[in-house]
Amino acid sequence: MNNYELMVIFTPVLSEEDFKSAQKKYKDFIAEHSGSVVNSNPWGLKSLAYPIQKKTTGIYWVLEYTATADFNEKLKIQLLRDENVLRHMITKLDKYAVEYNAKKRSGVTTGTEKVEA
Amino acid sequence: MAKNEIKYLTAIKQEKPKKKFCRFKKYGIKYIDYKDIDFLKKFINEQGKMLPRRLSGNSLKYQRKVSDAIKKARQMALLPYVTDLLK
Repeated sequence: MNNYELMVIFTPVLSEEDFKSAQKKYKDFIAEHSGSVVNSNPWGLKSLAYPIQKKTTGIYWVLEYTATADFNEKLKIQLLRDENVLRHMITKLDKYAVEYNAKKRSGVTTGTEKVEA
Repeated sequence: MAKNEIKYLTAIKQEKPKKKFCRFKKYGIKYIDYKDIDFLKKFINEQGKMLPRRLSGNSLKYQRKVSDAIKKARQMALLPYVTDLLK
């Protein structure tokens, strides 16, 4: 069971409850394949740094979960099939990353603030 | 004696370049988050290009991690590939 982090950009035209249902769909998909969701963090509507598919804003969603190694392939197929997903990225989290996320969530400073330029 | 050579009474104090250090080793940061944009912005210049090690002062191991994080942020449209952002 490895730790992964999924970041998804939905089309901005997605309504609020569609966004919620999409989140729920993927969370159930993970739970169904014996994975477990650690933390879901919807950022909501944000402007993109460059237009994707002629859209300049997108709804961001970050999901941290643990799953078996072969699960991500199935998840990728689901995400590619879903047409209101503009872009997605799955990153593997090593132990420092998991600790970083845990610290960030619990509000402890992660040391990057006091680092001057 | 070239006419335009200016003679100073005291030698110009040559500003000693600030001793560069790897901030990740010094502050013990182990993971560079690609979502933490304003931290990553310290490592890109106005055009959005990555700063080389000699400017950012990072050690090789952490410079690679920074470049991976920047590329991921660019992929997820958190950072622009090229721009003239006045950071």
